[in-house]
Amino acid sequence: MAMTVATAGNELHEPQPQTIGFGNVLHSEWTKLRTVRSTYWTAGIALLASIALGALICARTAYNIKHGRQSLDGFDATLASLDGLYIAQVAIGALGVLSISSEYGTGMIRATLATVPQRRAMLAAKLLVFGLATLVAGEIMSFAAFAIGQHLLASAHAGVSLHQAAALRATVGGGLYLTAVGLLGFGMGALVRNTAGALSAFFGTLFALTAVDDLLPTNLRNDIIPYLPANAGSQIITVVHTAGALSPWTGLGVLAMYGVTATVAATLLITRRDV
Amino acid sequence: MIEATDLTKRFGSTLAVDGLNFTVRPGYVTGFLGPNGAGKSTTMRMILGLDSPTRGSVTVNGKPYGQLRRPLHQIGAVLEVRAMHGGRTAYHHLLCLAQASGIPSRRVNAVLELVGLENVGHKRVGKFSLGMSQRLGLAAALLGDPAILICDEPVNGLDPDGILWIRTLLRNLASEGRAVFVSSHLMSEMALTADHLIVIGQGKLLADASISEVIGSGSRKYVLVRSRDPHRLTSVLTGAGATVNSTSNVDSSTIVEEQTLHVTGMGHDTIGDLAARHGIAVLELTPHNASLEDAYMELTHRFVDFHARADTTQTPASESGI
Repeated sequence: MAMTVATAGNELHEPQPQTIGFGNVLHSEWTKLRTVRSTYWTAGIALLASIALGALICARTAYNIKHGRQSLDGFDATLASLDGLYIAQVAIGALGVLSISSEYGTGMIRATLATVPQRRAMLAAKLLVFGLATLVAGEIMSFAAFAIGQHLLASAHAGVSLHQAAALRATVGGGLYLTAVGLLGFGMGALVRNTAGALSAFFGTLFALTAVDDLLPTNLRNDIIPYLPANAGSQIITVVHTAGALSPWTGLGVLAMYGVTATVAATLLITRRDV
Repeated sequence: MIEATDLTKRFGSTLAVDGLNFTVRPGYVTGFLGPNGAGKSTTMRMILGLDSPTRGSVTVNGKPYGQLRRPLHQIGAVLEVRAMHGGRTAYHHLLCLAQASGIPSRRVNAVLELVGLENVGHKRVGKFSLGMSQRLGLAAALLGDPAILICDEPVNGLDPDGILWIRTLLRNLASEGRAVFVSSHLMSEMALTADHLIVIGQGKLLADASISEVIGSGSRKYVLVRSRDPHRLTSVLTGAGATVNSTSNVDSSTIVEEQTLHVTGMGHDTIGDLAARHGIAVLELTPHNASLEDAYMELTHRFVDFHARADTTQTPASESGI
């Protein structure tokens, strides 16, 4: 079988482009994402969580309203149906971390970078593929959760429709919110490289910052609270806002900045680090 | 062609690779030998642009790795076994590497066949044995039909069939005019596979020569002599300037103790002449070259980080490294 090396190579001797194109790298990263089971598991869990939790909350609320146990005052019907996204974000963020840290963990990164020595192009392609896939999956989750939730609330005449601008913005925003959280996971994965460490950094930034904030003096704390990633980002899926909260798009921008910062740091470092 | 110039890598206070100069030429299997921790893998990672040198440089076909236009078509590498995602199938593992380099997917099937994995292409690589993973690593390295192949310890963990297969494959690739660079800490394996040797110890170049030159450099050449009168022959030979060591053993057929002389510093023809001139009967006169193993041990002995203290005898140790 060893004798066939040269013959097996012959089919390569056809016209080929001179250099690796960004399209080649995108194609490769898409194959990587779609050929591991963890992608489907996390996407499945995220979809199930976002629909099931929203449906549960909406069904219970509809029941309570019908039996006069709950008033519609201050009730955010949109947010109620999108509540499951808060669970889905955990899976999406973990997928973001794993999409890059698993390459470092398995050693696959060496094969990847030996094939594509342009490290920043590789990182950009990976981010683009993961980001687009998350955006599409996130919008599906958000719209599905909204549709099912509002259908359940409609029985108590408490539902809203996408004809309302704020409800449409929040539902579209649901997918954007999940993408921004995914970006934070990806950035942490690219920066920390070790799966356990990157997951800790991701959860720490998303959730534990709130706990640290409690240590600050009250006046300072109130200034900072709206800018914490979860608080800021959730404004995009909220229709009935509390006082002092950021506006929806500013909030989404602030959440995205956390992920952008981590990703930029990783991009600057990737050409300087040994792998 | 791989060319290293003053290649140096420092990790903290450790000099892992220390001013290496060498060339890997097409058409030969070049063995890269050194004890564990000598800096072989670090050197290979620097060739592939994965680690950056602290000083000096290494080029592939005249260019630093990062400037190669389509690296997979110029150099293929098998760095570590199982450098792959266990959840992906062998086919998909190769496919994503091929796509990144613009290689058509039918080439993936061709290399799977080449390494004998065509029937398990759709199995997850996490379930692969060590030998199958080695074969998959080689398949990935051959995707771009490169003119240079580098392998880090390719026979580690393989069964005898697998070792023979890799050895034959590497020799065939070299005979097709490719440059093959193979690292190993096993001298015995290199003796069978390589044409040329680059030996390093603690990051420093110890030898860069053909197999026969490396053997010739070994000082442990001796002539084995058996004689009816070992004592008189010993005094004759020492008188003429040779160094003689004797070992006693009992011949099982005659139950007679006889002495075997190990003579160094004198050729076998001179020994024969001297014995004839003094009328001493010689039963056996055999020149022994140092084995490649001995030459290697001699070269690297000082550079092995940890080695067992063994009782050293004048007879060359031959079991080490296997």
